[in-house]
Amino acid sequence: MTHNWPWVALALLGAYHGLNPAMGWLFALALGLQEKRRSAVIGALLPIALGHAAAITVAILALRFVQHFLPVNILKWGVALILFTLGVYRLFRANHPRGAGMRVGGRDLFVWSFLMASAHGAGLMLLPVLMAQPMSVMTHSMAGGMPLTPLSLSAPSLSATTIGLAVLIHTASMLAVAGVLAVVFFETYEKVGLRLLRHTWLNFDLLWAIALLVAGCLVLFF
Amino acid sequence: MLWKTDPTFYPSPKLAMQAPVEKLAYVAALNASGGSQPDALVVVDVDHESDKYGQIVGRVDMPNVGDELHHFGWNACSSALCPYAPHPHVERRYLIVPGLRSSRIHVIDTKDNPKKPKIVKVIEPKDVAERTGYSRPHTIHCGPDGIYLSALGSPSGDGPGGIFALDHYNFEPLGRWEVDRGPQYFGYDFAWHLGHDIAVTSEWGTPNMVENGVNPELLLGGKYGHSLHIWDLRKRRHLQSLDLGAEQQMVLELRAAHDPTKAYGFVGVVTSLKDLSSSIWLWHRPNGASNGGSNGKFEIKKVIEIPAEPAEASQLPPLLQGFKAVPPLLTDINLSLDDRFLYASCWGTGEMRQYDVSDPFNPKLIGSVHVGGIVRRASHPAKPGEPLNGGPQMVEISRDGRRVYFTNSLYAAWDKQFYPDGIRGWMVKLDVAEDGGIQLDRSLFTEFGDLRPHQVKLQGGDASSDFYCYP
Repeated sequence: MTHNWPWVALALLGAYHGLNPAMGWLFALALGLQEKRRSAVIGALLPIALGHAAAITVAILALRFVQHFLPVNILKWGVALILFTLGVYRLFRANHPRGAGMRVGGRDLFVWSFLMASAHGAGLMLLPVLMAQPMSVMTHSMAGGMPLTPLSLSAPSLSATTIGLAVLIHTASMLAVAGVLAVVFFETYEKVGLRLLRHTWLNFDLLWAIALLVAGCLVLFF
Repeated sequence: MLWKTDPTFYPSPKLAMQAPVEKLAYVAALNASGGSQPDALVVVDVDHESDKYGQIVGRVDMPNVGDELHHFGWNACSSALCPYAPHPHVERRYLIVPGLRSSRIHVIDTKDNPKKPKIVKVIEPKDVAERTGYSRPHTIHCGPDGIYLSALGSPSGDGPGGIFALDHYNFEPLGRWEVDRGPQYFGYDFAWHLGHDIAVTSEWGTPNMVENGVNPELLLGGKYGHSLHIWDLRKRRHLQSLDLGAEQQMVLELRAAHDPTKAYGFVGVVTSLKDLSSSIWLWHRPNGASNGGSNGKFEIKKVIEIPAEPAEASQLPPLLQGFKAVPPLLTDINLSLDDRFLYASCWGTGEMRQYDVSDPFNPKLIGSVHVGGIVRRASHPAKPGEPLNGGPQMVEISRDGRRVYFTNSLYAAWDKQFYPDGIRGWMVKLDVAEDGGIQLDRSLFTEFGDLRPHQVKLQGGDASSDFYCYP
């Protein structure tokens, strides 16, 4: 059970990303309201989830690539530094994606979601989890290999199966949360309107920056 | 930085109508004392409970003389909730106040003491010119991804006029907005249909055509602007021109439907060369709002005509004596947040009109009030019997639609031509009945003396300050 925690963490991070309006549920909702169709909400969520998955995959593959060259300790410090820099930057400044709009097709949504997730460091936020020992151990036991000793000098690199599963679990969780939010807001729009949005919209930019900083700390502990 | 969204941001115009009643009004005021005193941003107490109701309670003088303050706007508004660039935790806090003549842009902070706002940044005309190629900034709108301004022309005083943006965070000019401007040359106002990725711009004239007063030769030759332009907001490209015909001179204020699923709006035309009438036109996309797509062409149609009124030559300023009529000179219009009532300022005849535009194709005139006017000089109930000059000009509507504020000055060089005796500045207020019908509030008559008030912005937002992404 204790060895399963990284998967749980990936799912929870997925839910957290799904909750952030800037990761797409709000966009899907707005498109649905503009078209006055629930199917427009659902139709928008899929490319948004795919874009998110693509951004996560790119971040993980980058990690895997660097793992070949760098000893685990240096890698940890490197990832921590990147997370910290991005976190501090986002504390003080948020950038807007330019050239976005409300008349968008699946491809636009995919690209938008990919850019939003990448710019916010959604994939980077997962790296501490993927670098944690239990996941590497589990990877190897799943692949039938020998468990690594914690003393090994080079970081164990992630298998394709692990990466695939990680992206899938994370994205499924993100999509589920985003989907529920978008559909609930859409269905209650006539009665409640968007009043709730005004009162419940926490400052995700700030929460997000803090999450990046926390992730930066955690990576050093595993 | 806020933990929750700025309470003055509303996802939809419907919700914004439930906003609390405004307590302060900010008014841009021109100093007409002959070029020795600076213009000012004036704060008027409009809180009915206050014992200073209707009085000027604050004033920020500009650091230079001769800016010609005109229109202004907020740094951020409800469009910050737009889903593709959501940054709801910026604050509606700074007023962006340009000088239309000087091209100097002032950033004024209203947060610490809303009655004593402070200038926190001044962008010099040189920086605006260098970074954007434009000058004479006019309309300001807070967009989802930046602060947008329209400009009348280039630094030399010729065209083209256009649009540029300021950075949301540090207010630095970012450069010209248009990627492809097509045949567009004149600039003036702009508006958006955020739900359709459409921008609309209108036409006055280049700075050289307007800064020395209206030029009768150009006017009678039909040389001032007479077209609207439709743009792709995402690609920043010109899509379509809508020509109203050369006899329709000066196509000014644009008021787009607030409901983002709708793609129509109203534009006011100052004067027709045929009979000096003013008119309001409706732009719309015939294929319906939601299915038009970017290929749907817009059309434009005259829906309101306001005739000139006959007058003796002796009652008229020299410019108009030959016509023996006083033109309505429609200089501003404004649309309530529910897209139901349209207000029309007739600066020449001294009349404010209210139309029911529930059916935008068939507006119904349901209210009228007279104050000032070139010939009429109608007085205000607060000072019965005292003739007033200037006429209803910049008009602003409260978010709930129940109060309407307007001022009486247009533009220094033009004020002089139409009101040669020198405009005495005032601001008045209308109370609006729930189903329409307007009357002057007897207790609000704010006199500005030598200052000439122009645009009014209400604390927390008003009917022209915000664009919305949700219906």
